[in-house]
Parts: sequence; structure tokens; C-alpha cells
Amino acid sequence: MSKILGLTGDGAVAYAVKQCNVDVVAAYPITPQTLIVEEFSEYVHNGEVHTEFVCVESEHSAMSACVGASLTGARVFTATASQGLALMHEILYIASSLRCPIVMGVVNRTLSAPINIHCDHSDMMGSRDCGWIQIYVENAQEAYDWVLQAFRIAEDPDVLLPVTVNLDAFILSHSLEGVKVLDDAEVEKFVSTRKPVLRVDPDKPITVGALCLTDFFFETKRQHVEAMNNSPKTISRVNNEFAELTGRRYDFIETFGMDDAEAAIICLGSTAGTAKAVAKSMRSKGKKVGVIKPWVYRPFPAEQIVKAIENLKALAVLDRACSIGAPYGPLCSDTIATLYREGIKLGVFNVIYGLGGRDMTPFDIETVFNETLEVAKTGVVKEPLKFVGVRE
Amino acid sequence: MSEESKPGWKSIPMAGVLLEPGSAMKYKTGDWRAFRPIIDEEKCINCLLCWIYCPDGAVIREEKKVSINYEYCKGCGICANECPVKAITMVEEKR
Repeated sequence: MSKILGLTGDGAVAYAVKQCNVDVVAAYPITPQTLIVEEFSEYVHNGEVHTEFVCVESEHSAMSACVGASLTGARVFTATASQGLALMHEILYIASSLRCPIVMGVVNRTLSAPINIHCDHSDMMGSRDCGWIQIYVENAQEAYDWVLQAFRIAEDPDVLLPVTVNLDAFILSHSLEGVKVLDDAEVEKFVSTRKPVLRVDPDKPITVGALCLTDFFFETKRQHVEAMNNSPKTISRVNNEFAELTGRRYDFIETFGMDDAEAAIICLGSTAGTAKAVAKSMRSKGKKVGVIKPWVYRPFPAEQIVKAIENLKALAVLDRACSIGAPYGPLCSDTIATLYREGIKLGVFNVIYGLGGRDMTPFDIETVFNETLEVAKTGVVKEPLKFVGVRE
Repeated sequence: MSEESKPGWKSIPMAGVLLEPGSAMKYKTGDWRAFRPIIDEEKCINCLLCWIYCPDGAVIREEKKVSINYEYCKGCGICANECPVKAITMVEEKR
């Protein structure tokens, strides 16, 4: 039996974590922390969970404590945002390289300077090569649903990689929505308990994190790559089980109108919701537009994107992060690399938008769609990289 | 071992984990040494300061004296520096 609760994006994540029998949460409790751990700490205070809540002095320590806890075989969660994620950067690599299946809620906010607390994807994109599985959600429901699935994916013996569930700051984190939640017992059955493959155990000592130089380091990285390569199988399996349980079907990407679309937008997170609404309205006027929303950003869903763009003529890739000095933003670089590898010729341009929380309005999106339709018609990309919503 | 004879990524334990405890013993660090500590047994008063200070546990405590385990001693010279009766001298290694 599912019920509907009024939850913010942060609240939805905290509620999911509460239901997942998490053993340890280590988090830095003040700015730039989110309501996720604030709400979760209330569950701890009220005795609603058995979780050991470790209040640490920085995000660097938060992730370090998570790594230590995870190595003992515990189920571990933490959450952070922007500068906090940046401060964790060093330990993110250690968590994934030591194959700690930690789940982390990342409320995507920009990085300073100037100081700004609002949404863009600069924080996660700055750490995108940290070897974690990375999920982006569109709304609070998806945040709740993906957190439940994230523990299953992370802890699968074929994967054993940490997972971030990314949600847009304020747009999702602080906005109240009706979220369908499962009963505790249903979640317990779905996520079960972690069954560690290898763990720090005084009765069976192992050494973790030892010096590993030129003779073996490369081999451990190759294993890490293979773990990521194995993850799609697990992600699909978990998606299927989740769909059976809830009727809500997740995948690597969500598509809208892509069967006959000539022009499409691909984007991450909450913007996809606006894009779908605009596409729906434009389609009712006979314009063949579509939307691709990757839920899974790492591993990059190349195969699924290629399938979705089969009949497409032009694509606008929306990046809410800037890779300054690079030819394109991160999502566009990945998309174009995929198209090139598959030998697909398509009119593609990159739109950088929404930095520091600047709104991406339906009007902006309609403009981008119209430009994409123009590219579909003429086959000419006039501006490969453009900024939408910035004052000249 | 040559690079080719070492195991590949498919057969080594996950994440660089060492499954066998105490395997650091297999890593003989004595050949890092540029200077070799030599103990003058006549001067040594067996106070054990060198044994306490050695960061590598390479000073061996015996019944009435100490000796050096040259398989692991990296030649840092801390023992010679700490010795209160100057019984340890650092002599350049000639290999």
C-alpha cells in the first residue's frame, strides 16, 4: 500500500533513507548542508531509526567517516552540496576506488566565487570523474524512488560502487510535492540489508588502502572501470524490480515525443520537466519536438541515447555547468563523443544555461526548440555553443 | 618479477586490498639505505633508546645488547642521533 506525503525534495530523500535501514550517516551539519541531514537527524533524535549519526567537522571528514564505516560492511549514507562536495573531492575518489557502496544525496548548487547558493550542476560536474555512479532526478518523487534503488545498485556484488542522487537546489530541494511513498515493510523487503563481499574484520584481517605503485595501481583502476561497465545490468534489473513493486518505471533515460521528433533537447534534472511541458504544447501545434532526460549520467547512457535519436535531425544539449576553455559543456561533450563514435551525423549545438540559479523559463526553452527546428530544417549550426538567459 | 609475470586485473583482489595480514614483512626495504648504522658493542650500554626510536622496528633487542636488522633498516640515522653514548656511527653503503 502506498500513501502520498507532502515532501520537499530534501524531505523525500530523508524519508527514503529513513526507510532503508541505514547503519551510519556521517555529515557536516552546517552550510552548505541541506535539509536532508537536518530532517534525518530528527528521525535519529526521535528514535525512528537505528542509525549511528556522526556529526563531523567538515565534508572532508564526513566522506572519510563514511568510507571507514562502509569498509566495516555498514550501509552508509551522506548528503552535501556545492562547496561541501568540492571539499569532499579527494575522498570521493577513495570511496569509489575502495569500492565502498555509499549513497549520497547531492543537492546541486554552484561553486563560488562570487558566493551563491543556487542551483547549477557545477559541483557534481566538477567531480564527475570520481568513479561514482551518478543519477539526476527531475522531481521529489524521482528523488525518493532513486534513493531506494541506489542502495540496491551500489551494494550489488557485481558493482560495489558509490552512487550520488543529484537533485536541483531549491527548485527541488525546497519545493513541496506530493510524493508516493511505500510502506516501511515494502522498502525493507526491496532494499534488504547489505551483504558485504569484503570487509574490515578483526577476526579475518585484511589491509585496505595500502601503497600500490607502478606495478599494480593501473590494474586496480582497470577493475574500477569494469565495475562501472558491469553496472548497467544491475541498474536495469533494479529498475525492473522497482517497476514491479511500484508501477513506476525507471531507465537510463526518459524520452518524450522522440518517436517522431525532428528536433530535441537533452538535459539533466528539473529542467527536463519544463522542457517536456513546452514540448507538449509545441507538439499540439504540430511541431515535431522531443526531450531526452538522462536519469543515469554515469555510466553514460550512450546506447540508449543513440536509440532515442534514430529519427532525429537536430539536437540541443543543455548544460547547467560550464567547462570553461573546453569546446562544450560536459553533457554536450559526452553526447557529441557518442555520436561521433557511432558515426551519426546530426546538427548539434550546446546551450549553457541557468548558472547560479538563473531560471530557465518556458519561453527560453521554446526559443531553443525553435532554433533546433531551424537547424533541423537547414542542417546548419550557426552557433555551436551559446549562452541562454545571460545579459549581454 | 617482470611486469608480464605479475597477475592481471582480472585475478588480483578487489581495490588493491591485501588479503594476507603482515605482508609488509615481504617488502625488504634494506636496499633503500645510503648509510649503514654500525653499533660499537664496547660503547653500547643497552639503554634501548635506539630500539624505542627506530621507526621501522629494525633494531633487534637481544639479551645484553642490540643489533640491526639490515633487511629492513632504511638507514635514517635516528638511532645514531638518539644514542646517548655515541655508540652508533653511520657508514656510507658501498654497493
